[in-house]
Amino acid sequence: MFGRDEKVSEIRLTAAQYIILAIFLVLAYGLWRLQVMQSGYYASAAEKNRIRNVPILAPRGKILDREGRIIVDNYPSFSALLLRDSSRDLNADADLIAQGLHLDANEVRTRIRHFTSMPQYQPIFLKEDITPDELAFIDSHRNELPELDTITAHRRLYPRNGFMAHLIGYVGEVTEDMLNQPQFELYSPGDVVGVSGVERQYNTTLMGQNGARRAVVNSHGREVGLLGETEAVPGKQLKLTVDIDLQIAAEEALEGKNGAIVAMDPRTGEILAMVSRPTFDPNDFAVRVSRDEWNKLVNDPDKPLLNKAIQAQLAPGSTFKIIMSVAGWQEGIAQTLHVNCTGGAEFYGRRFGCWVKTGHGGVTLEKAIYQSCDVFFYTLAEKLGIDRIAKYATALGLGQKTGIDLPNEVTGVMPSEEWKIKNFKQKWFAGETISVGIGQGAVAITPVQLMRAVAAISMGGKMVVPHVVDPQELPNGYVETSHLTETKNIPLDPNGWTFITDAMSRVLLPEGTAPSAHVPGIDIAGKTGSAQIVSLATRARFKNAEDLAQNGWFVGFTPRRNPDIIVCVLFEGGEHGRLAARLATQVLKAYVDKQRRSPNKMVEQEKQRGDGKVDIGALWTAPEGDKLEGGRFSIELPKKHLALAAGAPGIVPAN
Amino acid sequence: MARYVSFRDFDWGLLIFVLMICGLGVMEIHSATMHTKFAGSHIRQIYWIAGGVGAMFVISAVNYQALLDRVHWFYIAAVASLVAVLIFGQRYLGAKRWIKMPGGNHFQPSEWVKLILILAMAKYFADLRHRELSWPDFMKAGAIVVIPMLLVLKQPDLGTALTYVPIAVMGVFLGGMQWKQGMVVVLLAAVAVGAVFFTPRVHVLKSYQKQRLTSFVDPENDPQGSGYQVEQSKIAVGSGGLWGGKGSQTHGAFLPVPQTDFIFAAFAEEHGFVGALGVLLLYFVVLMRLTQNAQTAPDRAGAFVVMGVVAVLSFHILVNVGMVVGFMPVTGIPLPLMSYGGSSVLFMFLALGMVMNVRMRRFVN
Repeated sequence: MFGRDEKVSEIRLTAAQYIILAIFLVLAYGLWRLQVMQSGYYASAAEKNRIRNVPILAPRGKILDREGRIIVDNYPSFSALLLRDSSRDLNADADLIAQGLHLDANEVRTRIRHFTSMPQYQPIFLKEDITPDELAFIDSHRNELPELDTITAHRRLYPRNGFMAHLIGYVGEVTEDMLNQPQFELYSPGDVVGVSGVERQYNTTLMGQNGARRAVVNSHGREVGLLGETEAVPGKQLKLTVDIDLQIAAEEALEGKNGAIVAMDPRTGEILAMVSRPTFDPNDFAVRVSRDEWNKLVNDPDKPLLNKAIQAQLAPGSTFKIIMSVAGWQEGIAQTLHVNCTGGAEFYGRRFGCWVKTGHGGVTLEKAIYQSCDVFFYTLAEKLGIDRIAKYATALGLGQKTGIDLPNEVTGVMPSEEWKIKNFKQKWFAGETISVGIGQGAVAITPVQLMRAVAAISMGGKMVVPHVVDPQELPNGYVETSHLTETKNIPLDPNGWTFITDAMSRVLLPEGTAPSAHVPGIDIAGKTGSAQIVSLATRARFKNAEDLAQNGWFVGFTPRRNPDIIVCVLFEGGEHGRLAARLATQVLKAYVDKQRRSPNKMVEQEKQRGDGKVDIGALWTAPEGDKLEGGRFSIELPKKHLALAAGAPGIVPAN
Repeated sequence: MARYVSFRDFDWGLLIFVLMICGLGVMEIHSATMHTKFAGSHIRQIYWIAGGVGAMFVISAVNYQALLDRVHWFYIAAVASLVAVLIFGQRYLGAKRWIKMPGGNHFQPSEWVKLILILAMAKYFADLRHRELSWPDFMKAGAIVVIPMLLVLKQPDLGTALTYVPIAVMGVFLGGMQWKQGMVVVLLAAVAVGAVFFTPRVHVLKSYQKQRLTSFVDPENDPQGSGYQVEQSKIAVGSGGLWGGKGSQTHGAFLPVPQTDFIFAAFAEEHGFVGALGVLLLYFVVLMRLTQNAQTAPDRAGAFVVMGVVAVLSFHILVNVGMVVGFMPVTGIPLPLMSYGGSSVLFMFLALGMVMNVRMRRFVN
């Protein structure tokens, strides 16, 4: 092949070798110059070369009520953090650090390990809100522990004793699970984000953007120069539709009881108050909660973390009769139906009792509503059939999410033939329709769903989406809110819904089911309900469901025509709807009173009393007691509480 | 007349030196990534090296003359793959350099184009058989390299494009370049560099490339960019002293990418002048051994293949170590055999496989 080729020039190959040698000599000279001739200079340069990145934490936005009064604010606190860009062995120092900060040394090591995959310049947060003696420990160990530093953080200050806790939610350090979800992908470990409630729903609005300062520090950790600083962008403040005065009334009404109260403006869908009990104190875990404390909350059988207004799925009981009446009227059956109630009736071979054992006698729709006659609605249910009931209930939003701007709303259940086959692979039994007629059986709804449905009826078919933040008050481009102002129109016969709401207005009169809840001078239309604690599952587990205390329900609005407020009360274990009605009327009365006294407000601006104390918002308990004090609360004004006082709920911000 | 090609003729000595360099690289990758999110990279590097050694044995078993006979097909495939990158490539950090493979891997064709260019140059000059290079031959040789180079520049990947240059230079140098031709090349290069830097209308270089080069000239002007990187690298190397130090530059994250482009700086910081010089010596031994293999090659083509590898390897060392000690601008060229990275390791071992290939056949004919 190429056997006879001239070989490659030997001279040139040798020349190539010399060129390579020359290259290596030059490189070796480069190393010699840096490492031997100038090594002293570069060694000191390396020593000086300690750039420290310290974050400047952005405060979260305040949360205000509809009148601009502060509900949630921040107060400054010190956090201890560990800087990792020093060359110290953090694990070796962990014991001393843990001791000084009153932490567990293993917990410190675990945190160090969690952060190993993060860039070196990102510090590790060790402890939030450190005490003065911990601060002193850090200051006195600047030389021994140069990696330990403090930073001013803004800690969330929530109303105490769980006031409004479910609606507001709380913040927490972003967890590893959350970081894997797409909506949290922009966050990094150590970030504090909203975990539930409004804090979570509107996290992007509330959360600011941390800044950072790049400082040059010497080998002892002292700053010797500033390279640059990016300022923190504070979070935007969030104005809720909630009225603190009404919220107080609702909180007081439900104090010591279990259940939920929601109040809404039926014209717009603005939520005016939302309470769920039992409650929890978000201040206890504003940043990090201990495992024990958390397990206790999660495993509590009363489920204090559950926002029952949107997460309790329960049988609506007799309040469902409003929906039945609308369905019956629209189908042309209810207005002409006459039933003779003898305390019960037989359907499909089984006896269904009326709650009045002696019977109501002759009953028409009007009496059936204000007297809540079961037999009338059994009969109506039989005539309508489940699918026609489901059609109207579904149109009114039952068994669906309302779309409220709070996380983790549940759907509830509105049964139908199709639903039964899909979920149980069984045919619907006509007998099941009878229980549905009085809001038992498979029907399960949330208080907010029920309220929205009745609000739509009271508005003649205009159905709104409940919301806790007015989209117009929201800065643009943070959270998608366009669906919150959408309304749906359900065609209702004007004669029907006016007839039904008129009948509802007699519920609180002497002839109705809740005369004890009557408030003179206020025209309230409503409906009581008491429901067994049922779902198909629980019923199967408890043979005698009667043993379980019944839930009291009430949904009512005022005034009867063009209402401006609707309230729904779930009083768990409240036995009878009239007790729930009393809670509802407390809220309605507070609303009407406020409207009539306007522009006076229940919660007033802080007032100097001259004795070193200040009157501020109404949501504080006395330090020794644990009962919520409504109205007004006075606190001392020593310097250390200034920050607290400025952020106390109920105060109108100074600007 | 041909005798068996046997692995007894394999250059085991060369392989031992190469693996020593690789071992030091793995050690340094381990040290530099220990507490970072790249921790564990050294294990993956070992896998790549093992795979590379395997690939080396495979390619050394295929007669290089058979490869040379088909080199025009390889060359067409190479150019086609570079065009494909420009059309279908994945854009990452502003440059299209990768093609996404079905298995989720990314394939960077510009690496293996280097191998094909070495073969193409060898074939071209082996067929010429002149002692002196004529002008048309000179131009043709240039064109073979310039076409893929322009395609890689378009990605844009200045660093890899530059690594094609030494292949051409070594080719024409050994192929009988005349003094006049050498002068013309130097002159043209000077004009091109001048045009790029001093004519504002010509945007051959991307602004970040230009900035890297200008900050090399004036590092104080750009303390946070590539000038900063070179400065940190110099501090790392310098603070290593004669015997090496604790490596605060590397472990304090001051040194950028200490496991890839700046691995030599990390090594020099931890092992000092003695250690760094030792590594340079190892590389020098490898290069001398390679040139020796070129001298004993059975034919012209074999010598060209081996010297092509020598050219690429020397260029990488010159540019990378030169960058680390502050003699060269930041170009993003890794240090072969030491830097972390699958493509780079695979390329080096495939190239060494071709050298072995030539060596094993030195007594053939």
